[in-house]
Amino acid sequence: MSIRERLSGNEAVATAMKQINPDVVAAFPITPSTEIPQYFSSFVANGQVDTEFVAVESEHSAMSACIGASAAGARAMTATSSNGMSLMWEMLYIAASSRLPIVMNLVNRTVSGPLNIHNDHSDSMGARDSGWIQIYSETNQEAYDNFLMANRIAEHKDVRLPVMICQDGFITSHAIENIELVEDDKVKAFVGEYKAPWALLDANHPVSVGPLDLQAHHYEHKRQQAEAMKNAKKVIQEVAAEFEKMTGRKYDLIEKYMMDDAEIAIVVLNSTAGTAKYVVNQLREKGIKAGLVKPRVFRPFPVDEIADALKNCKAVAVMDKADSLNAASGPLFAEVTSAMFVKGVTSPKVINYIYGLGGRDVKADDIETVYNRLSDIVKTGNVGEVYNYLSVRE
Amino acid sequence: MPSTQNNFERTIVRTAFMLSKKGMIKMAYNLKEYAKKPERLSPGHRMCAGCGAPPVVRAILRGLHPEDHAVIGSATGCLEVCTYIYPYTAWEDSFIHSAFENAGATVSGAEAAYAAMKKKGTLPTDKETKFIAFGGDGGTYDIGFQSLSGAMERGHDMVYVCYDNGAYMNTGIQRSSATPKYADTTTTPAGSVKPGKLQFRKDLTMVMANHHLPYVAQTAAIGNFSDITTKAEKALYTEGPCFINCLAPCPRGWGYKTEDLMQINKMAVETRFWPLYEVVDGKYTINYIPKENVPVSEFLKLQKRFKHLFKPGNEWMLEDIQAEVDKRWEELLHLAEMK
Repeated sequence: MSIRERLSGNEAVATAMKQINPDVVAAFPITPSTEIPQYFSSFVANGQVDTEFVAVESEHSAMSACIGASAAGARAMTATSSNGMSLMWEMLYIAASSRLPIVMNLVNRTVSGPLNIHNDHSDSMGARDSGWIQIYSETNQEAYDNFLMANRIAEHKDVRLPVMICQDGFITSHAIENIELVEDDKVKAFVGEYKAPWALLDANHPVSVGPLDLQAHHYEHKRQQAEAMKNAKKVIQEVAAEFEKMTGRKYDLIEKYMMDDAEIAIVVLNSTAGTAKYVVNQLREKGIKAGLVKPRVFRPFPVDEIADALKNCKAVAVMDKADSLNAASGPLFAEVTSAMFVKGVTSPKVINYIYGLGGRDVKADDIETVYNRLSDIVKTGNVGEVYNYLSVRE
Repeated sequence: MPSTQNNFERTIVRTAFMLSKKGMIKMAYNLKEYAKKPERLSPGHRMCAGCGAPPVVRAILRGLHPEDHAVIGSATGCLEVCTYIYPYTAWEDSFIHSAFENAGATVSGAEAAYAAMKKKGTLPTDKETKFIAFGGDGGTYDIGFQSLSGAMERGHDMVYVCYDNGAYMNTGIQRSSATPKYADTTTTPAGSVKPGKLQFRKDLTMVMANHHLPYVAQTAAIGNFSDITTKAEKALYTEGPCFINCLAPCPRGWGYKTEDLMQINKMAVETRFWPLYEVVDGKYTINYIPKENVPVSEFLKLQKRFKHLFKPGNEWMLEDIQAEVDKRWEELLHLAEMK
């Protein structure tokens, strides 16, 4: 029987880490992810895990230590937020190009400046081209479940890429919710033992990692990395299918909510999807055919699935909790519309809303204004301004 | 290039023989035996002829017991880009490079992995593994200093070795905090108003000694390599975080003929510009006290980067450097309780 608990998102992820019992966790405190290394170091202090916890002096060193540990042949993990991941920036790319299956929980928080500790997605969106798999979590349960699946994806022989599990800072990380935990033995069996195909610590087969890689080979190595990211799509689905068998909880690349006959739809990541579902329910009661698409996986980008989900809509709003500051749109909008275009889905009218930057609360009413705008667009055929800020004081 | 290697070995064995006749070799160190050890940095790497770094690296690696495996990390820099150009590696042991400023943290992660996997019984082999991080002075004194300091403070069982050539040589001779005062570099050019670098060098060995590590040493590849190899072995087989700072002259940056490398190393030590000493559990020992008071100008005059110091009217610069060398030497004597 699964275990019913009440945990915050951070506790849930720390619990998943405990159940996985990785070899090395290297982390540095930053709000709102700090609790994860805190909880985890208490597991270490009380002998509940065999992990070496490396309390590094910066996030740059956290990722560097994870790289050293993972290259050594160990299972390595970390957690961070915002500027912490900004400081890791250089190492994110190196972890991915070195094909190291490091797992990170990113507790999304806005990147300075101005300084602000609250949630938006500017941290993960900034790292979208770093070569990490990115999986987003609406709830504590999803953060936990995604974390349990992360190693299986990262370490898969067709993938071998680092995985970032994202959850919303404070909203998910600090809010306590009911959660269903998987039993320790089942987690152990599901995640399995990690045996690195090559390892610095394999004294009988010494390896060199991290070469100077010039024009003769660099290009092919990047091509292999791109292929691994393509392969990840299938692997993520396979792992999710296996996870569903164990828990009954179903996951896919995207989640479609009331999309079968939806005429208007919102595309949104993470916890805001929960608020949007509530609004969809209310609109449905009024007979409005509203729906929601929640990309669970942002890297690799589910081009076919998103285009297919939106193809019958009349109007779509893509909501971005990060701005590209390109005077055109947020990053999710750019990728969703690109997916639609290349798949020939050109009939829905599309608009973009930037929302909730720096943790500005996004209420059901705010989401409703977006659906109302979509209804107007359907009625009038007039799209108007594409690039919008939701509920902002002008 | 095995013939070059053999020539090198013959040279050092001959040197050792001469030095042993002068009674300058300690009994514990037998160069003939050390020189017989299998080479762990293969020939064929692309470091410059006359570069001080490869002899330093090879001497350090000769401190390893042949039966032990090593995980060796390197900061981005000359050593890294010349020894591991895909698909060729010069490293016989396991090697990792990740970035410029994080050799300390990267190797600390590998060491933590070793500790965890040893505890769990999941190591691929039961061989003893030693952890070594190499960085140039840029990657150690400057951009990598935080990562080094953190790794040492956390107490990882590793040895950090700085090969100090006193500037960012890989990018073309820019000043670092290890660059000596008045040196002509590409970012502190000796001009009509400014006479090269304006600051004295950071004394990193002292800074690391003040981390209260079990073993800290300053060394150079001189004579029969006894000092450097002995210190390497001590550091490698002392449990906990150890730091070694090695002088590693750069023919391009310093401006000397390739064949003068060993003479430059020697003069750095003889003039007390680069004292050989070690700090074992807080106790300072000066390993070599030059018999004569050789002025620092004897070391400086061998290098093009100090050419402007020898122009008439610039004697004050030489005096300034000499005063600082004397001051630091006095401090060292005091720390070693020799004064």
